[in-house]
Amino acid sequence: MRFRLTLLSITSLLLSTSCREDIYVRQSESTSVDSPRSTGIDGFYLLNEGNMGSNKSSLDYFDETTGIYTRNIYAERNPSAVKELGDVGNDLEIYGSKLYAVINCSHKVEVMRERDATRITKIDIPNCRYAIGHGGHVYVSSYVSPVQDDPTAPRGAVFKIDTLSLQVMDRVDVGYQPEEMAISNGKLYIANSGGYRAPNYDRTVSVIDLGTFSVIKDIDVDINLHRVKRDSRGLIYVTSRGDNAYIPSRLYVIDPATDQVTRKIDTPVSDLWIHGDSAYIYSAAINDVTGQTTISYSILNLNTHLIDDNRIIKDGTDSAIKMPHGIAVHPVTREIYITDARNYVSSGRIHCYSPDGTLKWSQTTGEIPAHFAFRRH
Amino acid sequence: MKSKIIRILSLSITLSAAVPAYPSGTDDAFLDSIFQVSEIVVVENRKKEIIPAQSISGETLRSLNSQSVADALRYFSGVQIKDFGGIGGIKTVNIRSMGTHHVGVFYDGIQLGNAQNGQIDLGRYSLDNIEEIQVYNGQKSNIFQGAKDFGSSGTIYIRTRRPRWDDGKKTHLTAQFKTGSFGLVNPEIVWEQRLSHRVSLSASAGYTRANGRYKFRYKRLNLDNTVAYDTTATRHNGDIEALRAETSLFGFSSSGQWSAKAYFYDSERGIPGAIVNNVFRNGERQWDRNTFVQGAWENVFSHSFQMKVNAKYAYDYLHFLRNDPKELYIDNRYRQQEAYLSIANLYRIAPWWDVSLSTDLQWNKLNSNMPNFVYPVRFTEMIAVATAMQGYGVSAQASLLATLLQDRSGNGHTRGRTTASRNEWSPALFFSWHPVESEGWNINGFIKKSFRMPTFNDLYYTEVGNKNLKPEYTYQYSIGSNYTISHNHGFLRRLSLHADAYFNKVTDKIVAYPSGQQFRWTMLNLGEVEILGTEISAEAAAHAGNIDMNLRLNYTYQKARDFTDPTDNYYGDQIPYIPLHSGSVAAHAGCHGWDLNYSFIYTGQRYNAQENIPANKEQPWYTHDASLYKSFAVKGLDIRAGIEVNNIFDQDYEVILNYPMPGRNFKATIKLTL
Repeated sequence: MRFRLTLLSITSLLLSTSCREDIYVRQSESTSVDSPRSTGIDGFYLLNEGNMGSNKSSLDYFDETTGIYTRNIYAERNPSAVKELGDVGNDLEIYGSKLYAVINCSHKVEVMRERDATRITKIDIPNCRYAIGHGGHVYVSSYVSPVQDDPTAPRGAVFKIDTLSLQVMDRVDVGYQPEEMAISNGKLYIANSGGYRAPNYDRTVSVIDLGTFSVIKDIDVDINLHRVKRDSRGLIYVTSRGDNAYIPSRLYVIDPATDQVTRKIDTPVSDLWIHGDSAYIYSAAINDVTGQTTISYSILNLNTHLIDDNRIIKDGTDSAIKMPHGIAVHPVTREIYITDARNYVSSGRIHCYSPDGTLKWSQTTGEIPAHFAFRRH
Repeated sequence: MKSKIIRILSLSITLSAAVPAYPSGTDDAFLDSIFQVSEIVVVENRKKEIIPAQSISGETLRSLNSQSVADALRYFSGVQIKDFGGIGGIKTVNIRSMGTHHVGVFYDGIQLGNAQNGQIDLGRYSLDNIEEIQVYNGQKSNIFQGAKDFGSSGTIYIRTRRPRWDDGKKTHLTAQFKTGSFGLVNPEIVWEQRLSHRVSLSASAGYTRANGRYKFRYKRLNLDNTVAYDTTATRHNGDIEALRAETSLFGFSSSGQWSAKAYFYDSERGIPGAIVNNVFRNGERQWDRNTFVQGAWENVFSHSFQMKVNAKYAYDYLHFLRNDPKELYIDNRYRQQEAYLSIANLYRIAPWWDVSLSTDLQWNKLNSNMPNFVYPVRFTEMIAVATAMQGYGVSAQASLLATLLQDRSGNGHTRGRTTASRNEWSPALFFSWHPVESEGWNINGFIKKSFRMPTFNDLYYTEVGNKNLKPEYTYQYSIGSNYTISHNHGFLRRLSLHADAYFNKVTDKIVAYPSGQQFRWTMLNLGEVEILGTEISAEAAAHAGNIDMNLRLNYTYQKARDFTDPTDNYYGDQIPYIPLHSGSVAAHAGCHGWDLNYSFIYTGQRYNAQENIPANKEQPWYTHDASLYKSFAVKGLDIRAGIEVNNIFDQDYEVILNYPMPGRNFKATIKLTL
């Protein structure tokens, strides 16, 4: 009897220490970070990638009209979405009245209403990477085409989504592990990385004619290509990641009139944001030979293709950034936003700098903050 | 025969004469094995341990509703299991929050190695042929052991069943069959043969097959308590098919003993993967083939000198295949080899003073078909000197282990070059004090510095590895007390209480750190953890009428905090997957061949990431298990049959984020012994 009493008391002690509770949908958290203002931009969404396998991709929203930054709005606005937004958010795009979030390891594009991020539908696309909208369609790059000659060396594809029916209309196969895309002169330029084939990286940009939706050219550029952006004159900027050892990251310019590489710029680029005649660049890359991670920021003049400034942050606060992982420039005020992924497995930070490079505000984000989409009036 | 038994018995008593009669716990085993030569030697060894192990053995082990060694380890204090769920899911062990890599796992006296990733999956060691599991904090406080036994921060000894011939038979045959949830089919046979007065053979084989399917459920509520979503799905790709075969020879001479063992394990399993939004099914497969042969020889040369030799060769093959059209195709094969030789010498200077010298040599090699693989080879030399003294109710031991290590790696023209060498010291000090003579009460403690080497993956894994890594160090300070009473009559037959308090520090912790590119990580010595812990356990045995009762209680409190970098937003936070509170209850009642078992396991709230924020909270989980067995004999055939129910209240829980665990499940067992 004594034992049964001991048993009971220990059990009840343990139970009273802490018990399982019902799990509620995770709620958003808001903080006021800036004074309300009216600039013609309502604010921006920020997609946090979340570490692979953690299912912690999340969506934040900064409301410029109130100055309030809100973390993790997706689950609250879409409580019935099983297992929330998903695993590894890789790109975010506003096109028309819809917000497209490319969720890489959930193999889907989440389509939401642009104004409140409520779900319209999801579109299954395997290993999807980036999205871009143009001419009533959204184009989504995918590391793996559903049809493969050799499953050990899969080719990638671009999927064409109709923005009214939200169905995949067409698909065109491109190079190996394609990444970002840009559109200029009726053509879509997509960077092929070949990341699954390292060290035999791909080195081409595939050019797709949007009229016929077929590849018309592969432009040889450099190994392990990643970013593709277009400037106001229609020039295409492509970055290479290099091999993290002997071949450095670089930036290339392609002229869509000739589909030739017209310029090679020896500056390392992890990501860039083009605003007006400037490209705002950050780079964070390890060198496997030296074991050193180098972080740098620069502003490239798109007229001269020379570096105007090798600093973006000028008040010394850049030392607070452990691992830059995203960059954006306010379309109206030219304020600069840089995200810090920290150690990739804890909450990140977003920093807002005035155009002259002084820190305005900082805020905690979700895990691995990275991708911006501005909302215009 | 009897005269020899008595001779060895008296020998072991002589050897342990200087040790204060150890308070019970071992007494039962001693009595059980009075006619068992091998057991006497084992008991003799154990008497040299000045801090007793936590131990579960024999029928108690079988009554815990556990399929694998990992499941049984949940009933030990200070032990946390990482369980990815299901029969085939990986289960690794962490002792006192210092990390899996600091746990040494010894199978029949020799360490199981994994130079590749340093992790031993204890989920694949079936309990069927296990006689005893012991957990030592620091190290086994017995100076007569291999140098490697001094080398871990926490040590688990798994001992397989040895033949016992107290029934006068020459052959034992046991056949067992288990079946139940997850499509489990698990036959096992054991054959024991007495080859001569001095030599016995034991051979066993077990086959496990399970489809691994089980229902899991994710449910969320809205703030108004309406259901946001409530999804039930089936876990797929958790199937397993495994074959284990073991043969052992045990022998005795007039002054010692020897054993030899061959082990073979072959398995194919699915890796069920994380359940994330839109992905409820994964397709990775893994094949393992583990083979080893090992031998041990131990001899008492004189009353002042004993020697022990251990040797092992292991060959492990691992094949990992990801053939999922949506993801990067991976088809990697790894072949690991390990050779090990250990010689331990014990010299008795005076009845109260022993010294020992142990020297171990080890060789590891890893090959793989990965591109840019660097084919690492590691040579390890370990030398341990130790001394033990007893007197005035105090026992004390001091040991110093020197580890010298050389790695060679490279590919192409650099293949086989020496790339790193390390020399490390691991000192330890153990004491035990009996304040009251002839009372089963002692106070004990230890201080130890130890380290773990970076694994081959940490150092040389293509792109991720960092060959400049230093070892990861642990510092342990532990103090505890045991109290045991035993009676041969009355209601309460035995009561054993145990309490420990400790402070551990882990420095230069090896962690994966982002290297600037998406999902490219590198390994860095970047972490500092401080652990304050308390463990309390109680064991009781009682007898009333015809009913035997046993009760085992464990409670562990661990404050394990990250003190790596004050600028991190998780500075001072509890490290991932370590609960503040955890505990277990195991109760057994037996009467007229009926055995009723009940167990309860509790793991408190944890965090699944470094930052202690609500988003990273993991709910506590607790499961109730029960089983009922009946033993009876039919014409000389001993039969034991029973059923188990696990997770009786069908709790939907996760040990690891996005790896759902099984709900209520059943198992039926029948065992025939001839």
